[in-house]
Amino acid sequence: MAKLRIKKSTHALNRSLAGDMSVTGILIIFGVFMAFPMVYSIVQSLKPLNELWMFPPRFYVVNPTFQNFSDLFYLMSTSWVPFSRYIFNTIFISVCGTFGNVMLASFAAYAIAKIKFPGRKTLFSIIVYSLMFNSTVTSITNFLTMSMLGWVDTYLSIIVPAIASPMGLYLMKQFMDTSVPDSVLESARLDGASEWKILWTLVMPMVKPAWMTLIIFSFQGLWNQGASVYIFSEQLKTFPYAISQIMTGGIARAGASAASAVITMIVPIIVFVLSQSQVIQTMSSSGMKD
Amino acid sequence: MAKIKSAEAKTQVDIHKMSKAAYTWREMKKYKTGYILLAPFYILFTIFVILPVLLSVFFSFTIFNMLEPPEFVFMQNYVRLFLDDDIFLLAIKNTLIFAGITGPVSYLLSLLFAWFINELSPRVRKFVTLVFYAPSISGNVYIIWTILFSGDQYGLVNGFLIDIGLVNSPIQFFTNPSYIMPLVIVVALWTSLGTSFLSLIAGFQVVDRTLYEAAAIDGVKNRWQELWSVTLPTMRPQLMFAAVMSITGAFGFGAIITALCGFPSPEYCAHTIMHHLQDYGNTRFEMGYASAIATLLFFMQIGANALIRNLLSKVGK
Repeated sequence: MAKLRIKKSTHALNRSLAGDMSVTGILIIFGVFMAFPMVYSIVQSLKPLNELWMFPPRFYVVNPTFQNFSDLFYLMSTSWVPFSRYIFNTIFISVCGTFGNVMLASFAAYAIAKIKFPGRKTLFSIIVYSLMFNSTVTSITNFLTMSMLGWVDTYLSIIVPAIASPMGLYLMKQFMDTSVPDSVLESARLDGASEWKILWTLVMPMVKPAWMTLIIFSFQGLWNQGASVYIFSEQLKTFPYAISQIMTGGIARAGASAASAVITMIVPIIVFVLSQSQVIQTMSSSGMKD
Repeated sequence: MAKIKSAEAKTQVDIHKMSKAAYTWREMKKYKTGYILLAPFYILFTIFVILPVLLSVFFSFTIFNMLEPPEFVFMQNYVRLFLDDDIFLLAIKNTLIFAGITGPVSYLLSLLFAWFINELSPRVRKFVTLVFYAPSISGNVYIIWTILFSGDQYGLVNGFLIDIGLVNSPIQFFTNPSYIMPLVIVVALWTSLGTSFLSLIAGFQVVDRTLYEAAAIDGVKNRWQELWSVTLPTMRPQLMFAAVMSITGAFGFGAIITALCGFPSPEYCAHTIMHHLQDYGNTRFEMGYASAIATLLFFMQIGANALIRNLLSKVGK
């Protein structure tokens, strides 16, 4: 009880009623703006044909139906390559890329954060610099690399660069810095444990929020991977690509395209809902020291 | 046991006699597990991130079509970009407008919303965070904006405008150059509350509560003063990280622009450097020229980061 009272009093510090009201008001206005297109996608996906093409258009649905979803599945079944193949591709790419990224990034992060070898500061600052530009910069030369390696039109062209993404290493290293005490590692080392064993049995369990976050970030990126310049074969294309083909199908597919938008957005949102506290916990150590 | 101790003592003595290089080499051997652990990641990282940047600087001085070996032409690509390529100049202008608006605005909105969200109770905070963050992770759901603003009377916005009699015929939002840029910016901002936003939310949560109490005693009167003199200085590392993410993001909205108004956009009105690069790299295979564009894009982003680092060092002072 005492604890509760303290909490209340700290919250009341420097706060005026007018301020609280305007904070709430602004959050509501912008929240509605943020949510509206998402909600409207769901509404559209539930509209029967006559409500989709109704004037004036309405932002609610009178007779909700799942017709658009069954249309979507019908369209999927008529696609040139079986639709399950697109889904398989996306899952395969997401799982391999995420697994590789989380593993390799964690190994490297542990080495940089906790083993005092020469050069670790330089190696880490390269990672920090690499966060300052996006993949558009490297896209041209990566295309050359891919064709030199013979990886054009293979899964590798998407999976391997995703494994080499610096973001995971950055977040993991920062998290290990703040949440893995050196003393624990030192005593394990004195007991004769190998670095490998320390990493697996001591460090990895301690940084669970961080690798959960890495999994989520990497998975989100790969799950949303659409058309790639490296992939030509229809059999290797991904689920978001196939979905976007349905979306561009024009008037006849307005309902199905809304249904497909709902399906694409649902997976990442559910994943985030389940993992939000872990992600926020990880991000609290994401800061960049200058 | 005694043997080991004497061996240790021996190495202790040796350290003082060693040259710096020899010492480093000894340390490197001692911690070789470290290098083994980071090697797999760093090898891939070098091949797919570091080398591409260096190579694109190199190729930017050549003419290279992937069939014949690159031919060295020094500054010719850059001269052509700035003197001979009107569309590139347009692309630079559009990129500066686009990134110059979306980057800072998205950053400030992230900060503002993160600050406001921090005032809520934990359960409400979780929900509101989801509402604001969801658009950035939902793949290409931004396509829904083409339905909201579609160029016929069944689009929600046009339908509404016609219904209340403001316009007689639907406005062609995504083909009329004067609407495209503002609309694309709004959509980009809508999807931009991503990693930087989460980082700032987390940043607000880790600020030590006792600092606020101390500040209140010191005469901080309202939440603005508290933000400026207590919260922001303590979370400067988060501010920096979020800024880096916002900048990278602001230069990465090419896909959204293409999805909303096609490629090339009507009258090149939303043609950015990203599109120009894609055009020359992936369509025309002029790799040298495209590399010059990539190199410029690289330096623009690094420059923007240096600028923001300077600005952020003034926070709370």
